[in-house]
Amino acid sequence: MTAHSETGHSGTQQGATNLMTEIKLGPAANIPAGQGRVYEVEGERIAVFRTRGGDVYAVQAECPHRGGPLADGLLGGTTLICPLHSLKFDIKTGAALFGDCGLKTFPVAVDASGQVVLLR
Amino acid sequence: MEKKKLVVIGNGMAGARTVEEILARGGGAQFDITMFGEEPTGNYNRILLSNVLNGSYKEDEIFLNPLSWYEENNVRLLAGKRASGLLRRAKLVYGEDGIPEHYDKLIIATGSRAFIPQMEGTYMPDGSLKPGVFVFRSLDDCRQIAEWARGKHSAAVIGGGLLGLEAARGLQNFGLDVHVVHIGSHLMPQQLDPGAGDILRKSMESLGIKVHLKKNTTTIIGPENVLGLAFADGGNLECDMVIISAGIRANWEIAAGCGLTVERGIVVDDQMRCADDPDIYAVGECAQHRGHMYGLVAPLWEQAKVLADHITGKNTRAAYHGSKVATKLKVMGVEVASMGIVEPQLPEDEVVQFSEPKRGTYKKLIIRDGRLVGGILLGDISKAAYLIQTFDRNTPLPEERLHLLFDIGDPPKQVTFAEMSTNTQVCNCNGVSKGALIACVNSGKRSAKAVMDATRAGMGCGSCKSMVAEIVEWACGGETEEDPSVHYYVPGVPLTKPELIRAITERELKSVSAVFDYLAGGKEDAASKPGLASLLKTLWKGEYEDEKDARFINERIHANIQKDGTFSVVPQIPGGITSPAQLRRIAFVAEKYHVPLVKLTGGQRIDLLGIRKDDLPKVWHDLDMPSGYAYGKSYRTCKSCVGSDFCRFGLGDSISLALKIEKEFQGFDSPHKMKLATAGCPRNCSEAMVKDLGAVAVEGGQWEIYIGGAAGSSIRKGDVLCKADTHEDVLMYMGRFIQYYRENAKYLERTHGFVERIGIEKIRSIVIEDSEGIAERLDREIAESKAAYKDPWKDAWLPENDNQFASVLPILQ
Repeated sequence: MTAHSETGHSGTQQGATNLMTEIKLGPAANIPAGQGRVYEVEGERIAVFRTRGGDVYAVQAECPHRGGPLADGLLGGTTLICPLHSLKFDIKTGAALFGDCGLKTFPVAVDASGQVVLLR
Repeated sequence: MEKKKLVVIGNGMAGARTVEEILARGGGAQFDITMFGEEPTGNYNRILLSNVLNGSYKEDEIFLNPLSWYEENNVRLLAGKRASGLLRRAKLVYGEDGIPEHYDKLIIATGSRAFIPQMEGTYMPDGSLKPGVFVFRSLDDCRQIAEWARGKHSAAVIGGGLLGLEAARGLQNFGLDVHVVHIGSHLMPQQLDPGAGDILRKSMESLGIKVHLKKNTTTIIGPENVLGLAFADGGNLECDMVIISAGIRANWEIAAGCGLTVERGIVVDDQMRCADDPDIYAVGECAQHRGHMYGLVAPLWEQAKVLADHITGKNTRAAYHGSKVATKLKVMGVEVASMGIVEPQLPEDEVVQFSEPKRGTYKKLIIRDGRLVGGILLGDISKAAYLIQTFDRNTPLPEERLHLLFDIGDPPKQVTFAEMSTNTQVCNCNGVSKGALIACVNSGKRSAKAVMDATRAGMGCGSCKSMVAEIVEWACGGETEEDPSVHYYVPGVPLTKPELIRAITERELKSVSAVFDYLAGGKEDAASKPGLASLLKTLWKGEYEDEKDARFINERIHANIQKDGTFSVVPQIPGGITSPAQLRRIAFVAEKYHVPLVKLTGGQRIDLLGIRKDDLPKVWHDLDMPSGYAYGKSYRTCKSCVGSDFCRFGLGDSISLALKIEKEFQGFDSPHKMKLATAGCPRNCSEAMVKDLGAVAVEGGQWEIYIGGAAGSSIRKGDVLCKADTHEDVLMYMGRFIQYYRENAKYLERTHGFVERIGIEKIRSIVIEDSEGIAERLDREIAESKAAYKDPWKDAWLPENDNQFASVLPILQ
């Protein structure tokens, strides 16, 4: 499995930066391939997706349009379709593929033990 | 891999467009491209030449591919160099200068030239045209005409076809007296019949152009310069210049010279390859396909796409099947639309006609078997977009012919698009205005699908789609591009539904991921997943390998998502028949889970709204009723009236029929939802006539089966498929239609659209008369689907469903 995040792998190195803390969310296998699940991290709801290719990505849990539950959306590659009104986003970059409001992304990776690790 | 050498002879609209299409398919990485262009410039829009002549466009405004384009795209253009010979054995093309170019693949796009009929005095002794005699095919012709016209008094155009009339219009701007000399008995014989031609002639004459019909020009008079014309009937016409516009002839000489088959043009197959040499293609006006030659751009674009698909290997099965020719144009301010034939050809052809010569309006349609095979609109072409589309797609026409020609008493939607205010809301679901659509077209989106994708217009209930398409077409000035994906079953797999079904069954693909792997180059497309899942379930039934991520959330968790992310739960209540015990259970569940809204549905069921995802399995467990499938693209329910049990008018037992229907088709996946009803008499209290399928009892113990009804975002009374004698026959015919619909409808195509597209006669012949010999198979497929039915709510609370229903996963350190 590979990891993708805005900060790349540097953030996973111990002491690389004092601003980043690692939060283990649980086994990646808890997220079925091609789907997303919601985690609540320090009061913030985050949708974590695992693509069929095995990559993980994390974005805000609610659609900026009308608050649709993004983890219930359809995922193909890194394109996500919101279940309420079919707005599209790229979960890798957070970019809106339609409309002008994108998603907040979070650096996330899978560590050697298969745990999903969120960096904050 | 070393690149192959692709040589293109001809840098006109066909040649350059074909190269563009090849580049768009990644051909730049496969080929080193060299183009021979006789003219010293890049590619320009030949259609606009008359606008250059009349001064409304400047020369540089009509360029489609300026010289810089070739450089940017690594295309080597030999500008101003004519290809003069072709050696197939050595695979060489010779330029006029004798320098050869080697090719691996060759495209001939030499176009056509003006046809010059036999007339005395046309040429000078050295073989050049007499000063004052011109043809009108190129920018250079345009310049020469403009230069000569200065200070002259009169001009004659030989030829009353489209090009001739356009030239005449251009010449008027030089202050000349303009004459059109035409050998036939009416103008524009390719596009118009005598009636329309006569009205056009009057319109032309009122604008000051003199039209001479049935005039066969025998001589161009004048020893050094043009002084006039002499006709076969003995008449004369004085003029200072002559433009010959008497048709075109394909430039096929280079092909004939090396032994390729040439008739009127270079003969090509469905992949645009020459009949005798698989490495040589021909495209555009020089090509002859299935005996037809095309001089309009739309067919040429289609040819270019097929050629590019084939030569790049992008789709080696791409095939050109010929084009249906339709044009919309403005001749001297007179709007004309023409499609197909101009006169009826068979005794049973039906002609619908309207003529109002005084106002210059003429409309004529030729209808065969309920479909449009020809049409002419002159003066008022407001219905042209609809008619051309109907003609092109060969869709059945409504019974009522008057509305084909006129907008009578229709809602204000029918104001022309030009009059429609910019902020008129076109898509009422997503709030997209006419102005937003136009802005999107102006930003470069040239197909209805591209505009819909970008603006989300038409992506709600879908009822405005055709209007969006018409506005896009209008905003593009009629030059829309068709997105090939409109013909695919789903956008992410480039196959039509029959092709896709064949590929899936041949390769035994049983999951959505396998389809992407084998048929889409491994590229997943989110929007295509639910359609593929539905089709695979229909084809493989119990053998289908369900992948939850391919399902829309509703079908993933068997409930309907609401605006706040909660879900609605509708248990099965077939025919609207319930019991006190069931009602008590529903009431118990509603209280236990604090269901905020309990509502009766339109399908005679009970809806529990606002249920949290986490509670769904428990709710189903406590209800202990099967799923009503109120969330799926599937069979929904069959409602019913009281029928013969209590109703004093009841003719048939609609309740027990509804229960049998539900048992037969429950849970069937389908291209879109199917809502059914049965009615015990023609009073139709349960609205069976406007359901996807309905059965209505009639006197005599029979049932009338209706299909393709709708009373949602579209409203349509269903068509009667047949009469059935027993409940069992109703089930059989309904089943056959349902299976035929499941196999042949596009994804998200409701039955009303499907029945209109296929035509009730054809459906009846297949489903009732078994004209294709598939009825037995359809029956068998239905039986297998029925046997594979499983209630999705049963066992949903078992642990193997792990965290599917968890709205938040706990964080486990």
